[in-house]
Amino acid sequence: MSALPSRPTIADLSRALRNREVSSRELATAALKRIATAQDALNSFITVVPELALAAADRADAGLARGGGGPLTGIPFAHKDIFCTAGMRTTCGSRMLADFVSPYDATVVERLAAAGIVTVGKTNMDEFAMGSSNETSWFGPVRNPWDRDRSPGGSSGGSAAAVAAGLVPAATGTDTGGSIRQPAALVGITGFKPTYGRVSRYGMVAFASSLDQAGVLTLSVEDAALLTASMAGFDPRDSTSAEQPVPDYVAGLDTAIRGKRIGVPREFFDAGLEPASATAIRDALGVFERLGATLVDISLPSLVLSVPAYYIVAPAECSSNLSRFDGVRFGYRHAGATTLEELYKKSRGEGFGAEVKRRILTGTYVLSAGYYDAYYLKAQQVRRLIADDFRRCFAEVDVIAGPTSPTPAFRLGEKVDDPVQMYLNDIYTIPVNLAGLPGMSVPCGMSGGLPVGLQLIGPHFGEATLFNFGHVFQRETDWHTRTPPA
Amino acid sequence: MYDSGPTKLSAASRFHESLRAKNAVKLTRQNVEQIAHLARLEIGSGEIDGVVEKLGRIVEFVDQLQAVETSGVVPMAHPVDMSQRLRADEVSESDRRDLYQQNSQSVADGLYLVPRVIE
Repeated sequence: MSALPSRPTIADLSRALRNREVSSRELATAALKRIATAQDALNSFITVVPELALAAADRADAGLARGGGGPLTGIPFAHKDIFCTAGMRTTCGSRMLADFVSPYDATVVERLAAAGIVTVGKTNMDEFAMGSSNETSWFGPVRNPWDRDRSPGGSSGGSAAAVAAGLVPAATGTDTGGSIRQPAALVGITGFKPTYGRVSRYGMVAFASSLDQAGVLTLSVEDAALLTASMAGFDPRDSTSAEQPVPDYVAGLDTAIRGKRIGVPREFFDAGLEPASATAIRDALGVFERLGATLVDISLPSLVLSVPAYYIVAPAECSSNLSRFDGVRFGYRHAGATTLEELYKKSRGEGFGAEVKRRILTGTYVLSAGYYDAYYLKAQQVRRLIADDFRRCFAEVDVIAGPTSPTPAFRLGEKVDDPVQMYLNDIYTIPVNLAGLPGMSVPCGMSGGLPVGLQLIGPHFGEATLFNFGHVFQRETDWHTRTPPA
Repeated sequence: MYDSGPTKLSAASRFHESLRAKNAVKLTRQNVEQIAHLARLEIGSGEIDGVVEKLGRIVEFVDQLQAVETSGVVPMAHPVDMSQRLRADEVSESDRRDLYQQNSQSVADGLYLVPRVIE
């Protein structure tokens, strides 16, 4: 194992496994040990499954010994605790599901397991993926490995912190308004959200069904391409799964970007963007220019409307989705209710945390009789304006680039009392979900000792283009190899 | 049977009138309690003031969309242009009731138990 870097990628580990330099059991054992050691400091895991992990590792080793297996076989891995996993609990960061064990695997879990990946546990997250700081988790906040007084972002904060700290080389995440890209940016790793419908939502606990999409948090763009290749594809069990063939994401990673056009939205560089982050983003754009790409000044005039539109659409869908938690069939149940209504109200009142309740109430309000047109319909019209902005731009450019987050990691507790300030943190990521586009964050610099993320946005099903741009950027820079202090 | 009698309707309409009277921006404690009832969500007496205040700020924030001109814009319900897939109406799943009911805290004879509904 001495030949491996201190924080090896999936590609590194895959080579070492194939060359018999290390076994999957050794990798799983080491990962479990790192997780146990880091848990008090980071709180990045909710559940760890040593026995299942070692059994899966032994199966992977047996397959590799027979000369079988693929690039993911035997790699230690973690799932965000929003993906249903048969045989291990799925809490979604909520008291409501603290003891829930799914009777089935999510499609993402099933596909990665079939590819030989070794799941060591489930990562911490904002409750029901509703949060941008990981502070809404019933299991306590996750800490940022770069500064433990700061948030790793959210909602996939546990996956982000675990990968940045080198506990596992990669983990799944979900992204409804930035929940993969923002935490990836705040801990200095790669985060990838595919096009809406590209990866199955089956078995992914629903938050806002027209926005939710599964993706990955990794140490390199190459790893993100490898994982997405296994996760993507049509699934008849998801009614909005895209019936589109999955191209070879790895084959085009090194394609020259000379002559390609990068749209730079001027609205992404407004007064809200922290100056040192803006400098890092400008420098990153310079790297693409040196590689022969052209920067094109573009405008997304409806950008400013995306956060309010999102905070109508997402809570509306959330209030509908979360009505299934009734204390009867599964999840938390209030003991001692004497009427059915009391059972519903108390189970939900005690099972959900403050932010989830706020979103259910917001959603119930905007969908209530007499208000539907003024809020929900209006927000859907604004959503169209935002999507049209992007459509216009993609007629002229290959990708759009800008910041992922307006600031580097903020302090835990800093925004917790002001929901609107917390919501505005996702101004650059939310429009991408509203339009259903693929988006990626790659590390591109530092601000005050904290990582800064560059966001790359592609047209619908433009995954391969994003992997190409991200990979050539990581060939030219070393920001993605910067490791948090021990 | 679903009760949509005149009493309930007028209660709902009074609720909305009370919101309109205040330009639909400032939510009162009563409004929030009514919304919480619609959502079957208990808000404890210790948390209600905070909920009213924060929900008020959120509604005020999303209300800025009212100023946007959107006449003639087709609402976008789905991010990717696709038509709803249909499948043959055939049984495709086996009966796994017992497995599913393992997640309930109160079942008997294959039924979910709740407090008495009919006196």
